[in-house]
Amino acid sequence: MPSLGADMDEGTLVEWLTTVGAEVARGEVVAVVETAKSTIEVECFESGTVTELLVEPGTTVPVGTPLAVISPTAPVRPPPARGPVPAGDATATPLVRHQAAEEGVELAALHGSGRGGRITRSDVSRAAHPAPSRHPAPSRVHASPLARRLAESLGVDLSAVRGSGRHGAVKADDVRAAAGSRTGPDQAATVKEASVAAGARRAPKAAASDTGTSAAAAAAASASASTSTSDRAAIARLMSRAKREIPHYYLSTTIDLAAALEWMRRQNSTRPVGERLVPAALLLKAVASAAREVPELNGHWTDGRFVAAAGVRLGTAVSVRGGGLVAPALADADRMPLTDVMATLKDLVSRARHGRLRASETADPTLTVTNLGDQGVESVFGVIYPPQVAMVGLGRVTERPVAVAGMIALHPTVTATLSADHRASDGATGARFLTTLDRLLQHPEDL
Amino acid sequence: MNREEALETIRAVIEEAVPGADLSAVPSDENFRERLEMDSLDFLAFVEALSGRTGLALPEQDYPALATLDGCADYVAGHTGGAQSEPA
Repeated sequence: MPSLGADMDEGTLVEWLTTVGAEVARGEVVAVVETAKSTIEVECFESGTVTELLVEPGTTVPVGTPLAVISPTAPVRPPPARGPVPAGDATATPLVRHQAAEEGVELAALHGSGRGGRITRSDVSRAAHPAPSRHPAPSRVHASPLARRLAESLGVDLSAVRGSGRHGAVKADDVRAAAGSRTGPDQAATVKEASVAAGARRAPKAAASDTGTSAAAAAAASASASTSTSDRAAIARLMSRAKREIPHYYLSTTIDLAAALEWMRRQNSTRPVGERLVPAALLLKAVASAAREVPELNGHWTDGRFVAAAGVRLGTAVSVRGGGLVAPALADADRMPLTDVMATLKDLVSRARHGRLRASETADPTLTVTNLGDQGVESVFGVIYPPQVAMVGLGRVTERPVAVAGMIALHPTVTATLSADHRASDGATGARFLTTLDRLLQHPEDL
Repeated sequence: MNREEALETIRAVIEEAVPGADLSAVPSDENFRERLEMDSLDFLAFVEALSGRTGLALPEQDYPALATLDGCADYVAGHTGGAQSEPA
């Protein structure tokens, strides 16, 4: 069961799209899974023959639970990197590759436990410093009652915790340790079992119910009924953890958008309707570029220290009609021409709302932007998504009086805010970020 | 395209851009973008689709005329040679 978001801890297998004995190729859609938020088409992480389906449709299992066994068709398993990788998909981020090279770990020998089957930093660490005894995650976890309560309140998946108690029982301390360094369940050691967990696509709930078997559809329907509750519970856990662990500091500045929007208006007057820009595209491009210029805010807090990300993956909170929020990552917006940022944004938002997101697009944002401008508020101070270290908030574009050459004029403005993790950066760094954002938006032609 | 055809096209395009939108609850002289909580990308999707169906360029400076169903219908009918029912 792949993890498709920091707040996902279990999923319901709705339908198998493959059978025992079937040949499957890496990247092929083999199952439909429902999470608290949406229905996802799960792609296969390995090529080979399906020898066993371990989970019945309608069953809800924790993230990290093997769903099926795939035996390699070839005697030697080809390195994942040589598989038919879908565009934009990657099994490891450059940062993880770098870590693997430093620690002398062969990435091809690892199973990714991250979203989309990505190999995470923890996977590499575990391979580099193996624990004395290691078991594949058992389907039923032995844990002390205190450990269970702690796991529940900290949002830790028990089946992903290595127990140090008798017979591998999970103790409270193990849960605390896992909560501190968690990026995914421990699957690195289960080399023989190729678990089906990799790239995945989100599909709207209703559509998946239509295509499911009757039992699966019933399961999906019952899951939908409890969605708002479990969704809230997942958000509650993640946000509680953020506020408990992250000492936030907050900065705010109001940015004059007259130059940017006038430039955009002139651009749009010459562009065909399909290539017109919206202010959000300029703002997101500027945020991504500012993140590149101030790398101290672009990355993750892992194992007690800040690790800067190699590239900018801008998590972009998108509200989904009918409630809910998904935050697909806009990759490398800082390096893309503005026209491409706009096209990518349209594509991502449209698919987030109509249900065609791939798992790789929800994976590992390095910095998140929340934009409540369309809801009409002037400013928003976000709660940081761990393990990220900052959250940018953009309010409504609104006309305000500004001083221009000693005169007062009405200009369109936006209030940009920054919530940042004081463990990773200081206020001066945050201020530099917002100042950079302001400067970039005064020169839209360079965006 | 006469005004009635235009209105039909506009309704279809909005329902396409905003799946599940209940247009029957939106008075034809009210700002449907606000009423349906369409963000800038939703509105652009609407403009794009309407442009595709009608062949009109729908430049950005004309967006204010497209704020209501009545406004859209008059605009589309007026610019495609259909009769306007009343002056907007």
